[in-house]
Amino acid sequence: MRKFAMIASLSVFIALLIAAALLIHPFGYPPSEMDDYIIENTQSETGANNAVTAVVFDYRGFDTLGEATILFTAVTSVVMLFRRKKREK
Amino acid sequence: MMSKIVRTMASLLIPFVLIYGLYIIMHGHLTPGGGFQGGAVFASGIALLVVAFGSDNIHKILREHHLSILESSGALIFIGLAFGGLATVFFYNFLVGSPIFGHIPPTGPNPGDIWTGGVIPFMNIAVGLKVLAGLSAILLVMALATTVMEVEE
Repeated sequence: MRKFAMIASLSVFIALLIAAALLIHPFGYPPSEMDDYIIENTQSETGANNAVTAVVFDYRGFDTLGEATILFTAVTSVVMLFRRKKREK
Repeated sequence: MMSKIVRTMASLLIPFVLIYGLYIIMHGHLTPGGGFQGGAVFASGIALLVVAFGSDNIHKILREHHLSILESSGALIFIGLAFGGLATVFFYNFLVGSPIFGHIPPTGPNPGDIWTGGVIPFMNIAVGLKVLAGLSAILLVMALATTVMEVEE
């Protein structure tokens, strides 16, 4: 039963992978017009040469705020988990 | 604490690793990279220090609460800069066109001018501070916890 479920899920996964490989849009032709807009207007709107950084810190700033919050939460929880016990004297 | 060879090589390499991390943070708006990547490079330098010299020796000069102050100040600078553009929208790039980091580069491939990018360099520095302090704190705390466990066993 377990082996059957494993084979079934694996075959579904492989079928999805093959479908994705067949349905992918051709290289160099982005599916939306937003990419062209960002590539053309990054330098005049944000002044940054690096379009990726311009997207991360300017166009999608909220997303970066979320990433920073995730990092902050991770650091807080790790420091909380691994804190040293106070020595009892 | 590792052998003398490892310690010598680590103390030779550390300045280059740390300066490379800071370079990636500072040039985030010109070259590939940015705050997150540069902070990770810097934290890998801290990892080299911790491995070579032992976490207890590092803990004498670098405490977790210093790092957490640095991390919180990075987060506050980031959110403050985001609020700075609130006159238009949240996260508006209000420094473009102003004398501070406000030059606009010519469109198309060009070598780049560090005095560009508006608010992006400041945000890179803030996020870089945050990431380097956060990852170093994680490394240091985990290394200290493992040494404590060894002593207790």
